[in-house]
Amino acid sequence: MISEDKIKDIIAEVLGSMGAMGAGDQASTSQASPASEACEALCDLTAVDLKKELMVPEPCNREAYLKMKATTPARIGIWRAGPRPLTRSLLRFRADHAVAQDAVFSNVSDAFVESLGMFQITSCCKDKDHFLTRPDLGRKLDDGTIALLKEKCALSPKVQVYIADGLSSTAIETNAKDAYSSILQGLKGHGIETGTPFFLKYGRVPAMDVVSEVLTPEVTVLLIGERPGLATGESMSCYMAYKASTTMPEANRTVISNIHKGGTPAVEAGAHIADIIKTMLEQKASGLDLKL
Amino acid sequence: MKETVLSVGIDIGTSTTQLVFSKISLENMASMVSVPRIQIVDKEVVYRSDIHFTPLVSKVEIDARAVRTIVEQEYVKAGVTPDQVQTGAVIITGETARKQNAAEVLSMLSGLAGEFVVATAGPSLEGIIAGKGANAQQESKKRGATIANLDIGGGTTNIAVFNNGEVIDTACLDIGGRLIRFFDDTSTVAYCSDKMGRLTRSMGLNADAGTPLSMEAIEAIALRMTGILEEVIGVVPATEALATMVTDKDLKRDYAIDYITFSGGVADCITTNREGNDFQYNDLGRFLGRAIAKSRIFTEKQVLESAETIRATVVGAGSHTTDISGSTVTFNDDALPVQNVPILKLSEADEAKPLETWGRTIAEKVEWFRLKEEHQTPALAFKGFDDISFEGIQLLAGAIIQGMASVMNDKEPLIVVVECDLAKVLGQTLKAQLDFKKDVICIDTVKVENGDYIDIGQGLAGGKVVPVIVKTLLFGY
Repeated sequence: MISEDKIKDIIAEVLGSMGAMGAGDQASTSQASPASEACEALCDLTAVDLKKELMVPEPCNREAYLKMKATTPARIGIWRAGPRPLTRSLLRFRADHAVAQDAVFSNVSDAFVESLGMFQITSCCKDKDHFLTRPDLGRKLDDGTIALLKEKCALSPKVQVYIADGLSSTAIETNAKDAYSSILQGLKGHGIETGTPFFLKYGRVPAMDVVSEVLTPEVTVLLIGERPGLATGESMSCYMAYKASTTMPEANRTVISNIHKGGTPAVEAGAHIADIIKTMLEQKASGLDLKL
Repeated sequence: MKETVLSVGIDIGTSTTQLVFSKISLENMASMVSVPRIQIVDKEVVYRSDIHFTPLVSKVEIDARAVRTIVEQEYVKAGVTPDQVQTGAVIITGETARKQNAAEVLSMLSGLAGEFVVATAGPSLEGIIAGKGANAQQESKKRGATIANLDIGGGTTNIAVFNNGEVIDTACLDIGGRLIRFFDDTSTVAYCSDKMGRLTRSMGLNADAGTPLSMEAIEAIALRMTGILEEVIGVVPATEALATMVTDKDLKRDYAIDYITFSGGVADCITTNREGNDFQYNDLGRFLGRAIAKSRIFTEKQVLESAETIRATVVGAGSHTTDISGSTVTFNDDALPVQNVPILKLSEADEAKPLETWGRTIAEKVEWFRLKEEHQTPALAFKGFDDISFEGIQLLAGAIIQGMASVMNDKEPLIVVVECDLAKVLGQTLKAQLDFKKDVICIDTVKVENGDYIDIGQGLAGGKVVPVIVKTLLFGY
């Protein structure tokens, strides 16, 4: 076995001889630097903020480039190795994809639901695979669940708020609590009372129509995880509808999407949602009929 | 969904008085399924007044009544009534002595300039406004470069330096085309400012009123004035004379300037308007312009054409002083507009400390502020957080209320200005914690610094955003 010190010596020697070969490849050394600075050993690539990472080795104007990068999560300024992406860029791409997959395939933990102080129900799906392959069942509640809802929830509240995992459990665990608290505070400020909140597992958006028909609130509000992309796995949406029903057109839904720390922060979104709900109650409308 | 706002800009300078009307268009740039993001999408100057000589009662006093008449006539010509004007700025620029009766001029114009307009500015803000009007700011952003705009007017040269669209430095010099004036069609001095007198004496020249000057002497004076400009830009080493000619502050000159733009009346004499009678305006303007064109500023730096020259300040005042807040904010409509609210900003180091300590930090700053300005209620400003929990917001609101306790009984609303997008939830939380008994104005996406003053107008775009004018008085201190 070679000791760690021995390996370090060898590396130092090789690096030294590369340096002695002349200025030769400045590009490759500066490429390596962000990675080696960020982490000593094996680091979490997804922890690096892409908007602040410029891989171009010698940009004419670094500041202007970074300013442009700050406006988009798109992979620009990532440099290349010949015609191919750098190993770092490729790994980051795959890591982001893995984050998205994790967000879809993981479950919102029971502990998290308990911490919200909510009870939990499940759609007509049996498990995650069932949920992903049968979108129609994620929209439905069985008779037992409906009976449970009726038993545990206040009927005909002004506003019914509930949370569903949808396609990103990560989004819910990251944002739902803050957004929910913020909505509640906003509604309280407007003097609007809310019903009994709950969590729906394996839920898709149109399940809110069923919830609305069972509990008959004026406005139904759903916080749900968005299908994740490569920019973030944490994005949550809020769907709202005035007197939602399974027969209403899709156009009756009002949606606020892109709720996450890189989009609209959850607390700020919640405050905005509370104001929208107030407008819905005033206009007795939602979706395209709502004049905001 | 486009909404337009009519803005007025009135510039009462040392030598000229001008007015413009601009249409500022607002539009929600976010998709239908997002939180709205209202932005200024277009600014268009729809009316430019004639360029009037500023009416004066004495060498240093503006004839307020005559200014009002000029402005009234221009309103009629433009077909605009004062109630149509929603925002704008009145700026009195030039030699500081002229500002003796600035307050009188402004009160004379009140009612004419719409409900929500700013008053006078300091030299820093004048330079910034001119730089924006000349397009130097926008160009620096587009090119990712550092651009210095020299607004050379009758009495002063206001300089603003922009890097990537941000102001990084300002300066003001007593260099202007009308600091020496001549009697009609002669080269006999009719007026010479004190500082110009000092400058010419240091050259061994007498330019006191009544003295006839030779062409050589006039050109030598223009050349020396140009030399001061070369010094301030840093293309030649600074001399003692530069310090004398500085009005309030010099440039820092610790950065590289990529491009130069010129605005102000003298700018017209640099590139164009070079033919004809040198004494057309009975002043130094044309001599100064010609000297600048031949100066090392042109050989050492790249000079860009500016969008506006003599109208840069007035266009800047009309089109570029009004900004808008973020689109999710909190305010009571009847608590607006507010004007000239001093900013009390937390430093980065203060913000880095845990929220539990903020109450005490804010209280100390408020106390310190009140020692100097006992009658003014400051607006609290800080950067804020992109990623803050609901509990964090509660703590933050509590700290603000605790820290601002000593001004909470003032009749003014509680005003909080943050950079990060959290004004709606913070405003709602403040209101809730204050039992809805106090007016709260909480706006975001606005960047201010200590020493700034802020004006906040009534809601636009269906009450989603408020117009904001940030007045930088003490840039760089």
